[in-house]
Order: sequence, then structure tokens, then C-alpha cells
Amino acid sequence: METLDAIISQYIDPYYLRIMVLIGINIILALGINLITGVTGQLTMGHAGFMSIGAYTSAILSMQYGFSYLAALLAGALMAALFGVIIGIPTLRLEGDYLAMVTIGAAEIIRVFFLNFEPGGKAVGMAGIPQHTTFITVWLVALIIILLNVRLLNSRYGRAFYAIKENEIAAAASGIDTTRIKILAFMVGAFLGGLGGGLYAHYMYYINPQDFGFMKSIELLNMVVLGGMGSIPGTILGAFILTLAPEMLRIVSEYRLLFYGALLVILMIFRPNGLLGNVRLYDLRKRWWKKEVETWQS
Amino acid sequence: MAVLSLENISQEFGGLRALDAFNLDVEESAIFGIIGPNGAGKTTLFNIITGIYTPTEGNIVFQGRNINQAATHKIACLGIARTFQNIRLFNKLSALDNVRIGCHGISKSGFFSSLFGLPSMLHEEKQIKEESKQLLTLVGLYDKREEYAENLAYGEQRRLEIARALALKPTLLLLDEPAAGMNSGEKAELMILIRQIRQDMKLTILIVEHDMNLVMNICERIAVLDYGRKIAEGSPSEVKSDERVIQSYLGAGA
Ligand SMILES: Nc1ncnc2c1ncn2[C@@H]1O[C@H](COP(=O)(O)OP(=O)(O)OP(=O)(O)O)[C@@H](O)[C@H]1O
Ligand SMILES: [Mg+2]
Repeated sequence: METLDAIISQYIDPYYLRIMVLIGINIILALGINLITGVTGQLTMGHAGFMSIGAYTSAILSMQYGFSYLAALLAGALMAALFGVIIGIPTLRLEGDYLAMVTIGAAEIIRVFFLNFEPGGKAVGMAGIPQHTTFITVWLVALIIILLNVRLLNSRYGRAFYAIKENEIAAAASGIDTTRIKILAFMVGAFLGGLGGGLYAHYMYYINPQDFGFMKSIELLNMVVLGGMGSIPGTILGAFILTLAPEMLRIVSEYRLLFYGALLVILMIFRPNGLLGNVRLYDLRKRWWKKEVETWQS
Repeated sequence: MAVLSLENISQEFGGLRALDAFNLDVEESAIFGIIGPNGAGKTTLFNIITGIYTPTEGNIVFQGRNINQAATHKIACLGIARTFQNIRLFNKLSALDNVRIGCHGISKSGFFSSLFGLPSMLHEEKQIKEESKQLLTLVGLYDKREEYAENLAYGEQRRLEIARALALKPTLLLLDEPAAGMNSGEKAELMILIRQIRQDMKLTILIVEHDMNLVMNICERIAVLDYGRKIAEGSPSEVKSDERVIQSYLGAGA
């Protein structure tokens, strides 16, 4: 893997390589939100909180406790998943948009916690995190995560997620324990948040609590909204575009945020369901089926 | 023996008593009708049986078991399936997946075997798909299995709800106005379907319906609700000739 990375870095400009790595990380993070918000329909606006838990946990474990890269990543993701359950159990019973409020609050609490967290360097943050994350590792992990996402959404759990979003009462009447399934979606989403955070920490070399603020959560949520809620290809596309856009808009420097905002507004006007809102893998399968029937009949 | 017994059920919404000391025994493998004017409390009754509301007073006993406090999904898994008066399908999913979701309560695959596609899970998935296709065939929607539920015609949506409910392999099926919005041809087919379901699947059916022709034709026993109270119960002919029923519901013309 290292040799592969060495070869790649010979041919690709480090600037582009860096963007590609960030895209990979954002895909993993956004897929977590897609699962919670896009597929299960529970609005979460604090994903950066889970990301920071994964980042700090894995960084501390690999710097101070000699954990291997893989073990540190996994531990960070599991820690985030644990917090997902802790936050999810009391809130997912509630209806409506309480969850959005609670997730914002929880992410803020987590950020303030790290601002005062001695082993994490308080407001200064942590530097000297081993740079294990490379182009190859990120995209290997991203690929595995995408495949597992596809698997999950095609199973009875995936169907239960969609059912809850579509009609919660009918889901319950079909024998789905809606609270439990929502917590499950939240837990898996948080796991992916923590995983992305760990990858990020081991790429950036340096992290601090400001990296994981409210704006980060919104930026990640935007990827899912832009790409198409509940769509895996859409989420991946959203992560691509919204990671690239700020870089491309560097040309217009000061007006960057303005353009970024305008771009989102325009896209939402013309494609309110997201760019690929009707291109869940689910729908692709359907279209393929239809075509098959048509050709068979003609 | 009664499959379902409602003992002294009352349900209050604020000051409104939607059900008032309601008693009912539903015998095994009966087709039991519940009729009554708008707002009589029929749907409320179904919501109580399926755990969507917890009754203010009284007991619900299903197969000898008190299910007053049970959650909706638990009651479904115990074997009570239902359809909804205001159709509640999973609109942005295919007809086939609507039925497959109906199987959720009786399927077992765990999270990790689903995630990694273990053989036991794949086997179960295959079974679910087969059974769902059979149910779609039963209700005449096999050719529409890949259509979004929301794109189906009204009568088709009602039949899809029945297929989804049957996917739970219930012992008791609650149908809330299954014929609403159907034309007379569809209603005739529905009657055949309901009888066939009862026979093939050996289940008990409780049906709320305003279409008197349908109710009188397929129900062996009927209870009449008015303002949350049961005003009559008996065979179709008994109910039809009951003074109070004629006055409050059927009207002079019936
Ligand atoms: N969740 C609720 N909150 C307040 N009132 C309710 C609620 N559900 C039902 N009701 C009231 O209870 C009464 C009975 O309603 P229900 O829906 O059971 O009638 P129904 O017999 O099914 O009528 P229809 O034939 O029109 O379907 C009505 O007055 C209704 O407004
Ligand atoms: Mg009703």
C-alpha cells in the first residue's frame, strides 16, 4: 500500500491529492448523515460532534497509547457510535424537529468539552498526530463503507429505515420497532462520523476543537441535501461537489462564501430533491427492470 | 373461543368520549363487521386494538393475553395486522418492497448478518421475496410490483395495504373501510378476496365498512356503534331489522 501511495504521489500534484483525500473522508462522513437524515428521515445537525469524538479518541490512542492506526480508527468510530446511542435513546422517542435541536446542542457541548480537555490540548488542540491516512487508505475505507451501505440498504434493516421515513405508524403496524431502528440508524451514522474524524485527524497532523463546529456539521449536511436525500450516488456526488467548490472558488477569494451560498440556493431552486434525488440505487434497479420488461414485450 | 375480547373499553380525547364501556368478543375465523355513522368510534377502536392509543379504561385480550400496554410493533408481531382508512403506504417504495416491509415483524436476520450478507440472511431474503410475490399475486398486483406505491390507482393501493398486512402472517386482520373509493366491480372482487383470505390463511377478520351491501354479504356477525356505544350486535338479518339501528344509522330507506 505504501508503495502504491508512493507511486501515486509521483504522478499526482500534492494539491490535487489532498483534495481527493478530503473528498474520500467527506464521502464517509456524508454517508453517515445520509443514513440518519436521508434514509431514515431524522434530521441531524451535529455530525461534526461525532467527527470530533472519533478524531480525538483515535489521535489520543495512537499518540499516547501506542494503538495501531487501524485499532485507533476503529476505537474512535466505536466511541462515536456509543455517544450516538447515548444521545439517541432519549431524543429519538420524541417527534418532529426536537432531534435537530438536540443534535446541535450535543455537538456544541462536545466542542466545549474538547476546548477544556487537558489530554486534547484544550483550545490549542493536538499536533503531531502520525500521518497514516493516505490516498489509498482513505479510498479503500471509503469503498468498503460504500459497499456496506449498499448492502445495509438492501436488507430488512434498510427497508425498515426507509419505512420509518415514509410512514412511521404504518412501519410500527408492520412490526418495526421504530425507536430501536431509529437508534440503530443513529448509531451507524455516528460510527461513520467517528470513522471520518479518525481518518481526518491522521491526515491533518493537527486538530483543534474549532475544526468541528456548527458550520462543519452544516457543510456535511449540505452534501446530502445537495446530492439527494437517501441516495448513495447522490451523497457521493454531493461530497465531491461541495469539497471541490470552495477550492474552485478560490479565484474569487473574498466572495467565496457568497458564491458558495448562491450556488446552493440556485441548485435547490432547480432541483429541490437534490441533484440525484431520484437516483437511489433503488430506483436504478427499478428502471433497469422496466427496460427489461419493455424489451421483452417488444 | 374468542380470539379477541374487548372488555369495557373507554377512550377519552379531552372531554370527548370516543368509546364508552365497549364490549366485544370476536370468535375464531369469523368475518366480523363493525358499522356505525361517521365519528362513531370505529377507527378509534382499531387504533386501540393495535396499540396506537392506550385505552382510558378497560382491557384488550388477544388469544388469552392482555395487550393493553403493548407497543404497536409488539402487537403486530403477536399477529394482529391492519389496513388504514386513510391509506398509509410507503409511497416512495415499490409495491414489492411495501409487502416485504410487512414481513419485518416475522423475519429474524440480525444486523451483522444483514450487513455482511451471511447465507442465513440471504436465504431469508429469498423467502421474503417469494412470499411477497405470492401475496401480490393474490391481490392482483404482481404485474405492478416494481411501481411506486404512490403511482398505483386508489383501489390498487387499498389492495396493496391488504397484501402488506397479510405479510405479517396474522391471526387477526383488521380492515378499516377496505372498499372506500372502489367501484362496484372492484367491490365484488374485494368480497371474493376477503373470503378467500379467510379460507386460505385461516384467520379472523374484523372489518369496518360503510358499504352495507358488502358488510351484509360477507359478515357473519355485526356490531353497530353509535357515539362510542354498542347499540346492537347480531347476525346481518338481526342487525338489519333492529329498531335502534334503523333509526340511528341505516335510516328509513334500509
Ligand atoms: N386523536 C384524536 N384526538 C381527538 N379526537 C379524536 C382523535 N381520534 C378520533 N377522535 C374523535 O373521536 C371520534 C371518533 O372518531 P373515529 O375516527 O373513531 O370515527 P369513525 O367511526 O372511524 O368515523 P368514520 O366513519 O368517519 O371513519 C370523532 O369524534 C373524532 O373526532
Ligand atoms: Mg374511521
